[in-house]
Amino acid sequence: MHSIPGRRLIMGLFLIFLLLPIYWLVNMSFKTNSEIVSTMTLWPHTPTLQHYKRIFTDESWYSGYINSLEYVVLNTVISIAVALPAAYAFSRYRFLGDKHLFFWLLSNRMAPAAVYALPFFNLYSAIGLFDTPWAVALAHCIFNVPLAVWILEGFVSGVPREIDETAFLDGYSFPRFFIKILVPLIASGIGVAAFFCFMFSWVELLLARTLTSVQTKPIAAIMTRTVSAAGMDWGLLAAAGVLTIIPGALVIWFVRNYIARGFALGRV
Amino acid sequence: MDKIVNQKAWFLVLPVFLVVAFSAVLPLMTVVNYSMQDTFGNNQFFWNGVGWFKELLDPSTDLGGRFLASLGRNLFFSLVILAIEVPLGIVVALSMPREGWTVAACLVILALPLLIPWNVVGTIWQIFGRPDIGLLGYALNAAGFDYNYVSNDIDAWVTVIVMDVWHWTSLVALLCYAGLKSIPEAYYQAAQIDGASRWAVFKAIQLPKMNRVLLIAVLLRFMDSFMIYTEPFVVTGGGPGNSTTFVSIELVKIALGQFDLGKAAALSLVYNLIILIVCWIFYTVMTNAGVERKVQAESEPAIESKPSARPKPVPALKPKEGVA
Repeated sequence: MHSIPGRRLIMGLFLIFLLLPIYWLVNMSFKTNSEIVSTMTLWPHTPTLQHYKRIFTDESWYSGYINSLEYVVLNTVISIAVALPAAYAFSRYRFLGDKHLFFWLLSNRMAPAAVYALPFFNLYSAIGLFDTPWAVALAHCIFNVPLAVWILEGFVSGVPREIDETAFLDGYSFPRFFIKILVPLIASGIGVAAFFCFMFSWVELLLARTLTSVQTKPIAAIMTRTVSAAGMDWGLLAAAGVLTIIPGALVIWFVRNYIARGFALGRV
Repeated sequence: MDKIVNQKAWFLVLPVFLVVAFSAVLPLMTVVNYSMQDTFGNNQFFWNGVGWFKELLDPSTDLGGRFLASLGRNLFFSLVILAIEVPLGIVVALSMPREGWTVAACLVILALPLLIPWNVVGTIWQIFGRPDIGLLGYALNAAGFDYNYVSNDIDAWVTVIVMDVWHWTSLVALLCYAGLKSIPEAYYQAAQIDGASRWAVFKAIQLPKMNRVLLIAVLLRFMDSFMIYTEPFVVTGGGPGNSTTFVSIELVKIALGQFDLGKAAALSLVYNLIILIVCWIFYTVMTNAGVERKVQAESEPAIESKPSARPKPVPALKPKEGVA
């Protein structure tokens, strides 16, 4: 009654469709460059770890991962910290301009990054943050903060208001109530919101590339360097690609039970 | 639940307001400033009024022609991927296993493409689609198709669309799945007793319950496909020729490639305005749908059936914790 006929087949085909290109990337990362170019093989016949070795030993490569993680974590912390009180306010109170403010936030989530690339470049150069992780972290706030507010608002609304009232009757001050009672209650929601901030900051490239030059180049930008005089270094490119998938795959596993609800912005 | 009017709540919202305003309002003011001026370098600017906007909206000029052509391509692209991803996402959501470890496994694999950096998505498809080293390109050519996304317009389009379907259908599927999970078991039992067909169950129970999440899905997919940049840029670089140059790619070309500030700023503003309008329409529809749903839930759960003996469905008001 719930599902449709042939569902195993449909699901199976779709999962194969999703996994096949990823498999090809992984496959390629274990091949030598001569094998990639010369023959068409479905699995590596002469498996090699040379591409991975190169990434882990060459500083200009692995520093890219560290740079990326740095601004992603910074951004996640900032987004959640400012979004929490706002989510509470939107969920519990009505105030002047609340609906307009909410729409304004939403519209920023939808604003194209390409529009902001140039002004951000000017702005962060002017205040001396250009080429620091802070520039990228703050720039990514433009779409992550609204998203975090949206998700958290859904989860805060799931907490009955009686709990607030009881806490205040018991003499809790507002900050104490917030940290001691509300935050533990919506811990899973905070996890989901953090996951989404992490994800969107991790996958974004345009702003991250525009706002960095030498010191803090993200891994995604470094990957474009694999073109050399000897042609494309496909194996190295594939290995770098595989390594960017791993952090994402790890965090999915932790939030797998909340993924669907999170994508619905806490509004199911 | 009625909300209390409390103006002090502004203090709680203030941090968000400041952070987003810093990132949104200041740059936007710069854009407005640039859009009205022209420069001959050396930081000397001249007042140009609405000149750039006139040029932008006039298809006979170079700028206007490029903008309108990329806008048309982008709209077409958005409509095509919506037409594929929404039905496919619903079908996949309906095909999800019911329980057991397979649920978690499917969810994780579905979410995987969403977590891959966008340029790596491009790289994956670049490698996968190349006729010389890619499985897809090689297989298609071996099967007799003359497939090469670097030189053929149509092949480039198909590649970009299939890539987007690969990348984002999971989002639609996950959203629909979340909607389906919130349907109480009693609804299905009632339908079974009434002898409703599979199609009737879908139309009367599952689709109405998915309404809201589908709206979110369409909104997100439309917006994100309308500002798509990285993936097609990596795969096709906007080519062959200009055939896969979408608005964002055109904008970055003008802004960071030619450093043509005035033109880029005017384009940014018009682009942003279009997004804002579409966003507002969706937002209004969405909030109205929310109100309607509340009213409906209060009166009677929406199942069409004869007034025969059936267990009264429990209204689904409790938010569901977790999905798997």
